[in-house]
Amino acid sequence: MDLALKPEHKAFADEVRDFARKNLSPATREKTFSGKHFDRDDHVVWQQALGRQGWLAYTWPKKYGGPGWGVTERFLFENVLAEEGAPRIIPFGVKMVGPVIYTFGNDEQKERFLPGIRSSEVSWCQGYSEPGAGSDLANLRTRAVREGDHYIVNGQKTWTSYAHWGDWIFCLVRTNTEAKAQEGISFLLIDMKTPGVTVRPIIMLDGAHAVNDVFLDNVKVPVANLIGKENEGWTCAKFLLANERLGIAEVPASKRGVGMLRAIATDSLRDDPSMAEKIADVDLQVQALEMSELRALSTMALGGAPGPEVSTLKVRGSEIQQRIAELAMEAVGEYAAPYQPGMLFHDTNETPVGPDHAPPAAPRYFNMRKTSIYGGSTEIQKNIVSKMVLGL
Amino acid sequence: MDLAFTPEEQKFADQVRAFVKANLPADVRDKVKNGKHLGRDDYMRWQQALGKKGWLVYTWPKKHGGPGFTPAQRYIFENICAEEYAPGIIPFGTKMVGPVIYTFGNEEQKAKYLDPIRLSTVWWCQGYSEPGSGSDLASLRTKAEKDGDHYIVNGSKTWNTMGHWADWIFCLVRTDPKAKPQEGISFLLIDMKTPGITVKPIIMADGGHEVNEVFFDNVKVPVANLVGKENEGWTCAKFLLANERLGIAAVPQSKRGVEALKDIARAEQDNGRPLIENKSFAEKIADLEIQVTALEYTELRVLSSMAHGGQPGPEVSGLKIRGSEIQQRLTELTMEAVGEYSAPYLPGLLWQGTNEAPVGPEYAHLAAPRYFNTRKTTIYGGSNEIQKGIISKMVLGL
Amino acid sequence: MDLSLSDEQKQLQEQAERFVRDKYAFDARRKIAATERGWLPENWAQFAELGWLGMSFSEEDGGYGGGPIETMIVMEQFGKGLVLEPFLPTVVLGGGMIARSGSKAQKEALLAPMIEGKKQFALAWLERQSRYNLADVSLKATKEGAGWSLSGHKGVVYNAASADHIIVLARTAGSAREPKGLTLFIVDGKAKGLSRRDYPTQDALRASELTFDKVSVGADAVLGKVDEGFAVVEDGVDRAIVALCAEATGCMDAINAATLEYIKTRKQFGVPIGKFQVLQHRMVDCFTNAQEARSMTLMASLKIDDKDPVVRAKAASGAKVQIGKSGKFCGQSAVQMHGGMGVTDELSVSHYFKRLTMIDLMFGNQQHHLTRYSNLAMAA
Repeated sequence: MDLALKPEHKAFADEVRDFARKNLSPATREKTFSGKHFDRDDHVVWQQALGRQGWLAYTWPKKYGGPGWGVTERFLFENVLAEEGAPRIIPFGVKMVGPVIYTFGNDEQKERFLPGIRSSEVSWCQGYSEPGAGSDLANLRTRAVREGDHYIVNGQKTWTSYAHWGDWIFCLVRTNTEAKAQEGISFLLIDMKTPGVTVRPIIMLDGAHAVNDVFLDNVKVPVANLIGKENEGWTCAKFLLANERLGIAEVPASKRGVGMLRAIATDSLRDDPSMAEKIADVDLQVQALEMSELRALSTMALGGAPGPEVSTLKVRGSEIQQRIAELAMEAVGEYAAPYQPGMLFHDTNETPVGPDHAPPAAPRYFNMRKTSIYGGSTEIQKNIVSKMVLGL
Repeated sequence: MDLAFTPEEQKFADQVRAFVKANLPADVRDKVKNGKHLGRDDYMRWQQALGKKGWLVYTWPKKHGGPGFTPAQRYIFENICAEEYAPGIIPFGTKMVGPVIYTFGNEEQKAKYLDPIRLSTVWWCQGYSEPGSGSDLASLRTKAEKDGDHYIVNGSKTWNTMGHWADWIFCLVRTDPKAKPQEGISFLLIDMKTPGITVKPIIMADGGHEVNEVFFDNVKVPVANLVGKENEGWTCAKFLLANERLGIAAVPQSKRGVEALKDIARAEQDNGRPLIENKSFAEKIADLEIQVTALEYTELRVLSSMAHGGQPGPEVSGLKIRGSEIQQRLTELTMEAVGEYSAPYLPGLLWQGTNEAPVGPEYAHLAAPRYFNTRKTTIYGGSNEIQKGIISKMVLGL
Repeated sequence: MDLSLSDEQKQLQEQAERFVRDKYAFDARRKIAATERGWLPENWAQFAELGWLGMSFSEEDGGYGGGPIETMIVMEQFGKGLVLEPFLPTVVLGGGMIARSGSKAQKEALLAPMIEGKKQFALAWLERQSRYNLADVSLKATKEGAGWSLSGHKGVVYNAASADHIIVLARTAGSAREPKGLTLFIVDGKAKGLSRRDYPTQDALRASELTFDKVSVGADAVLGKVDEGFAVVEDGVDRAIVALCAEATGCMDAINAATLEYIKTRKQFGVPIGKFQVLQHRMVDCFTNAQEARSMTLMASLKIDDKDPVVRAKAASGAKVQIGKSGKFCGQSAVQMHGGMGVTDELSVSHYFKRLTMIDLMFGNQQHHLTRYSNLAMAA
C-alpha cells in the first residue's frame, strides 16, 4: 500500500497541467474561479481541445479510442484540471452514452457515434426523466411504436440538461406497454434536428437556464438508432446510472471549492474560529470521500464494475457540494442578498455590489440543492444501498 | 397574550418556592443536585410532602382532588421544583394510571385508588411492553382468562421501570385472542403481592438496575380490578400514552441541566482558562439553550390550548421527540466537558452509595453513565420513530 | 499509488481475525474483563508468538520490519472483538516511542523484552487540568545529583497497573503549557514514592491515577533529550491515534453488522423492522459512516510515516475527527435501532457503543482535533 506517486506519474501530472495552461481560455478559467456560468463555447472549445489531444474520453479503454489510463492517471487528470479551473466535462456524451454504445451497441453504431463523442464535435443530452417518472424512472411513458424501419416517438422528457445545445439525445422509451415496467423499455438515439422535437427552457430558482423540457411529437427515428435489443433498454439504463454515480461525487471540484472557500473567508477567519472549523470540517469530508472513491477505483482496477456502493459516494458528494455552497454564502453574509444576474450570466463591466465573490454565493447555494435530487435522489440512492448492499 | 406573570402568579411562585425549601429533605436535594441515584424512600418522602399539600397530583382537575392549577401555575410549579433540585415525580401513579382511573374507572375504583395516589402511599408501575411487543404494543400476548370473579393472568412484561419498588402494576392484557390486535385488550390493575408474580432485574449499559422483567404465572386478579370495559383497554392505553408524552419532554429538568452544564464548564480547565471561555464549546451550550427555549415555548403553547378545553393531541409527539433529543445532547455535552475523566468507572460510588472517593471532581464519574443511560429517552414512551409515525399519520395526514 | 494489501498483510489479517473469533466471543470477553488484571497473559504470550508485538518495528530493533499498515490491520480486528490486552499502550505508544527516541541501551533493556512479551508499558501524560493539551503539564522533575526527582500527579493512565515501566511526561523547565521544557522519563512501575489508585474504565479497560512523591530516577531514565520531550510525545500520540482509529473502524463494522442482523430479524407490526424505510436509510448512513471512517484511517495510516510532522499531525487529527463523528453516529444509531435491548448490558451493542464513545474522548475528541486540524490547515 502506498499513496506516493511514481516519477512517471509526476511527469504525467506536469504534462496535464501544461496542457491545461496552454489550451484553457483565460476567460473560461476566470469564470470558474469567480463562480460565473459557462456558455456553450466555454465547454465546447475546451472539450474539443481535449478531444484533439485524445483525452476527452479519458475513462474509455484503448480499443474504443480512449487513452487506456489506470486509476492513478485518471485521478491526476481530474484533479489537475480542477485545480487549473477547467469546466467539468459535460458527461452526457463521454461518460454516459459513449460507454453504453461501446458496451451494448453494434459495430456500425460504434463507428458512427463514438468519434463525434471523443472529439466533442457532437453534443449529447439525456432523455431519461419524465413529468410522471422521476425517482420512479421505470414508470416512463414516452412511447416508441415500430412502423417499418422507423419508430414513431411520442411523449415528453424533462430535466434535460443542455438540450438547447444538444445535437443528439439518448432516450429511454417504452416499446412494450404490456410488459412489466422495466421490461418494455428501449434505449434510443434521436437526432435533435428531427421534425417534431421541441425544446422548452425551465428557468431555475437562481435564474439560470440549464435544463429543459423536450417534447417529442410523432418523431420518426430509424430502427438503426436502437441500442441493444428492443425492450432491453433497462439494462443500458442501469449500467449508465452506475457509471454516472461514480463521477457525480465531483471530488476534484469540491477540493477546488474548499480552496476557494478558504480564500473567500480568509479575512475573517483568524477572528472566527468557528467558521474556520466549519471549513476544516468540510475539507475533511472531501478527503474522506476522495479516499473512499480511490478505494472503489482500486477495487475496480482489480477487475470489477462499479457496484451499488458507489451510491454512497454520490450521496456524500452531493451533500459536500451543497455544504461548500452554503458556507460560501455564510462567509459572504448579508452581501449575499443583492441579486445581480448580470454578474452571473454575462460578460459585463458592471461592478458588483459587495465583494467580487458575493454575486454568485446565494444563487449557487440555491442551485446546488439540485445535487441531492438529480442523478437519482439521495433517498433513491439509499434505497439502492439498502437493498443491494445491506440486503434489507 | 402576555409573557409576564401577574401579581397573583408571582405570589404563587413565592409560595411554591417557600414550600419546596421548607419540605424537600436536604439529603434528597443534595442527591439530585449531584446527580446521584435516589432510593425508593427518597422519592416517597418528597412525594408524600407534596401529597399532604395537595400538590402531588398537580395536573389533576379539582373534582378528582387535584389543585386545579392554571397552565401558568403548572409551569411555575414544575420550574421551581426543578430549580430547587426536587426529584422528578414518578409518573406511573400520578400522571398515568390516576387519570385513567378518574376518566374510565367506576366510583368504587375511584374511591379505592385515587387517594393513595394523591398521597403517594402506594407505588405504581407500568406493565405495557413485552419482549415481542415494543413499538408494536398492540401485538401484546399476556393473557387474562376469566374464571368466575377472577382473571387468570399469564405472560410477561418488560422494560418495567422500578417494578422492584412497586405495590401495584397496571397492565394491558389480552382478553380476546380472536379479535383484531387492538380490540381484544383490557386494562387491569394488579397487586404486586399476588402469588405468581416474579420480578427479574435487567442490567443496563451503565451497570444500573432500574428496569425489570415481570413474569405472571397463573396470577389471580379480581374482575373488580378491570378499568373500563373488557376488550376496550386500548382506549385507556392511548389516552395514557398521550398524557405520558406531555410530561416526558422534561423541559424544567433540561433547563436545570443547562445551568449545571455551565457550572461544569466553568470548573473545567482548557488551556489554562475555564472551558466555558472556549468559543466552540460555548456555542454548543448556546445552541442547546436555544433548543430548550424553543421547546419550552412550544410546550407552553400546547398547555395554553389545553387550558381552553382540550386533550393533548398527537402534536405532543413533537414535544417528546425534541425533549428526548435535548436530554441526550445535554449528557453528551457534559461528557465532552469532563473529557478523559469520564473514563473511570466507579460502580460503588454510582450505585451502592459507598464512601469511595471519586476520581476527579464529583460530577466526573456520572458523566459517561448518564450519557449511556439517556440513550433510552429516544426509545421509551414510544420511540421517536413511532412518534414521527404518529405525527405523519395523525397531524399531517400522510 | 496502490491501495491493496500484500499477501503477507492478508495473512496477518486472517490471523488476527482467527484470534478474535477463537478467543473473543462475547461471553469469553466478559470473563476476561472480570479478571483482576483485565486481560489474559496467555493471549499476550500468543501475540508474542505470532510476532504481533514486533511486527511494526525495524529488524535492527529486533522487529519484523512492518509499519503502520500492519498495526492498522491488527487493531481493526481488535476493534471487532473489543480486545482488552494492552497493545496500544505497550506496543504502539511505549514501544514506538522507545524505538524512535530511545538510546541503544534503552532499546536493549526494554524494547527487545517487550517484543518477546516480557515487558509492558504505559504512558502518563494527562493531568487533571490538561484536557487535551499535551503541553499542559505541571508534574515536576528536578535535578537530584546525576539523576532526577519526580513529584506530582498523573491521571487516567491506561495499563499503569500492569506496566513494568511507565513513561512519564514531566516539566523540567519553562512555564505552564509551554511545549519547551518537557522531558520524558522511563520510570519503574514499582518505584519508591510512586503510588497508584487503580480502577476499571467505562469500556472495561484498566487505568490508574498516579501520585509521584519524590520518585528518584537516574539520568539514563530520560527518553530522548532533556527539555525536548514534547515533540516525541506528540508524535507518539499521533501514531497512537491512528492505531486507535483502526480499532474504531473494527468496532463500527461489528456494531453495524450486529444492528443489520437485528433489524432483519426483529419483527414488529408483522414484519422485520428493517422493512421500514426510516431504519433502512439510517442503516445506510451507518454503512456510509463506517466507509468514511475506514477511508480516513487508511489515509492516516499511509501518511503517518511522512517526514513532515505537519502532514502527520493533519493526518492523525483528520482521521480522529472522522472517527469521532462516525463512531458517535454508528454507536447512537445502533442503540436506537436495537431499542430497549440496545441500552442493556446483555447484548454486545452497548459494549461497542461504550468503547466507541471512549475512543472519541481519548487523546482529544472530535472538537479538539477539528480545531487542531483547522489551525494547521490555516497555517499552511
